Amino acid sequence: MAMASQMITANRLLDGAVVYFTAGKSWSPNFTDGAVWPDKESADAALIESKESVKARIVVEPYLFDVAVTEAGPKPTSARERIRADHKPTFEPDQGSWTGQISG
Amino acid sequence: MYRYDEFDATIVRERVEQFRGQVTRRLAGELTEDQFRPLRLKNGLYLQLHAYMLRIAVPYGVLNSKQMRKLAHIARRYDRGFGHFTTRQNIQFNWPQLGDVPDILQHLAEVEMHAIQTSGNCIRNVTADQFAGVAADEIEDPRIWAEIVRQWSTFHPEFSYLPRKFKIAVTGAPDDRAAVRVHDIGLRIVQNEAGETGFEVWVGGGLGRTPIIGVAIRKFLPKEHLLSYLEAILRTYNLLGRRDNIYKARIKILVQATGGEKFGQMVEEEWEKIKDGPLHLPQAEIDRIHRYFAPPAYEALPDVDPAFETAKLENPDFARWARVNLVKHKVPGYAIVNASLKPEGGAPGDASADQMDLLADLADKFSLGEVRVTHHQNIVFPNVRKRDLFALWQRLKSARLATSNLGFISDIIACPGLDYCNLANARSIPVAQRLSRHFSDPRKLDEIGDLRLNISGCINACGHHHVGHIGILGVDKQGQEFYQVTVGGSSKDDASLGKIVGAAFSEDDIVPAIDTIINTYLANRTDRSERFLDYVRRAGVDPFKEALYGPAPARRTAAE
Ligand code: SF4
Repeated sequence: MAMASQMITANRLLDGAVVYFTAGKSWSPNFTDGAVWPDKESADAALIESKESVKARIVVEPYLFDVAVTEAGPKPTSARERIRADHKPTFEPDQGSWTGQISG
Repeated sequence: MYRYDEFDATIVRERVEQFRGQVTRRLAGELTEDQFRPLRLKNGLYLQLHAYMLRIAVPYGVLNSKQMRKLAHIARRYDRGFGHFTTRQNIQFNWPQLGDVPDILQHLAEVEMHAIQTSGNCIRNVTADQFAGVAADEIEDPRIWAEIVRQWSTFHPEFSYLPRKFKIAVTGAPDDRAAVRVHDIGLRIVQNEAGETGFEVWVGGGLGRTPIIGVAIRKFLPKEHLLSYLEAILRTYNLLGRRDNIYKARIKILVQATGGEKFGQMVEEEWEKIKDGPLHLPQAEIDRIHRYFAPPAYEALPDVDPAFETAKLENPDFARWARVNLVKHKVPGYAIVNASLKPEGGAPGDASADQMDLLADLADKFSLGEVRVTHHQNIVFPNVRKRDLFALWQRLKSARLATSNLGFISDIIACPGLDYCNLANARSIPVAQRLSRHFSDPRKLDEIGDLRLNISGCINACGHHHVGHIGILGVDKQGQEFYQVTVGGSSKDDASLGKIVGAAFSEDDIVPAIDTIINTYLANRTDRSERFLDYVRRAGVDPFKEALYGPAPARRTAAE
């Protein structure tokens, strides 16, 4: 079984955008910038550290989530985190009613 | 429609300024997130998966063109060019920035709108029949009562911290289009033997984790007592409803635990004490509200319009739309028009800013300046002259708003689901999109007939899946999206809850599964007059189980 690695994510206070906690203790909107913690102790410690950014009013509600570490890099194990990492709904705008051509 | 008086305007304006101060203090670090969260929720501002979401109240689904235009402006200026109309007749914006929200609320206040009581454990926006005031089958206009309830419930101090959220729906027609039996309180305007109108009062209905059809605790309530009776229900609930367990806190659980009859007696006892007090509605006040909803100046028109009849003969697409999307108006020569927000492949309930502007323009040109939002997530033009229908249809068609599918399988109710919602297990919109593409052939829709398909992304049931003829519920299986299917639900006068057909389907299997269910129905119904719902009620779930999972013995072996 793959090791249960974890990453930390939160939403940015100003716009709610999804961000990831990096090895440099900052936040990035790019999933690939996020640091991966291979065990529970390091993940829990990092989560405590990440909460400093809540006090600093950068993010809200940071939490840990599981990733599977593959050769291509970490991948979220849940549909929820896969969708969050994309920063947008999964359906293409040109299929949605809201981009319907307005000719009238 | 109702216009704010000085009192309404002041409280909404003050609320905007209050929230502006709260946002400023949050950004300055004077409020923590824990302190701020309840304040933002009180103003309809949620934090969702990708961004904040602002839910705006559309009182009983009625919007004038100016308000619709303002929503278009907000979509364009502060969001990503679209909004989502919900099953509670509200609208949600998916991408506002925190710092912009006070400005958005100020824009809304300018057109007599707000986001107050669209979240939290209070009395939420009152919903009503979308055809209120114009339906041919109506006993009396429910908007007057929805407005009276709105005024009473807005900032009601006793009911700001209820055990849980509280939803009231009103209908004035025998054909229940407001789903009153699945609301915390449902009000049906009825006539007694003396020919007087009053309310039949239902309580304790609801969907969510524990779906329950409500019980009628009073067959006839004289109208002047409406508010005291509601107050008695709410007070009984507020005192006895559970606050220790969020899943048991809705009034439906209390009514079930107490028993409908006993609960009704408790309400009556409380009501006896207060019914002749300050909440007794004087006729003058009822008349005052009534005047806001006085019928517009309709023209005297023949009911049959030759131009409309000719256009139908000449244009089969138009004829089909007229057959499917129009509803009988109470005034001769007029029609109620349903503009579908469910185009093939579209996101149910979504409308772009351009579409909203167009809807506003068309409301001015063709429908006396007013539209309605339906709990099926469509838009209604309540007052269209039959002679204008062809022109209106052409304009709607140009903006993908004229899909002829009202009440058909592709007129899907879908909640935002895992594409947006923080509580979701699975996506709803992409499933709806695939189904609407799969069932796009008009002949197929006609063949299937009356069919309501509702999708929720989790057990909270915002997509009303329990009361869909076919319901789809998103569930999570180890991080993967699965879909559980129910059949036989209804939110109408014959309200019922759907029954689960069996094990949940994967994302890939859900559309074929629905296709199998439809084919099973088509192959086994007695004839076209037996609707899907009738068939399920006659045949039960077994034929579907068999078609989906194989014959019963095989199912047993597979499980062993
Ligand atoms: S039903 Fe669940 S997923 Fe859908 S909007 Fe409601 S809470 Fe979100």
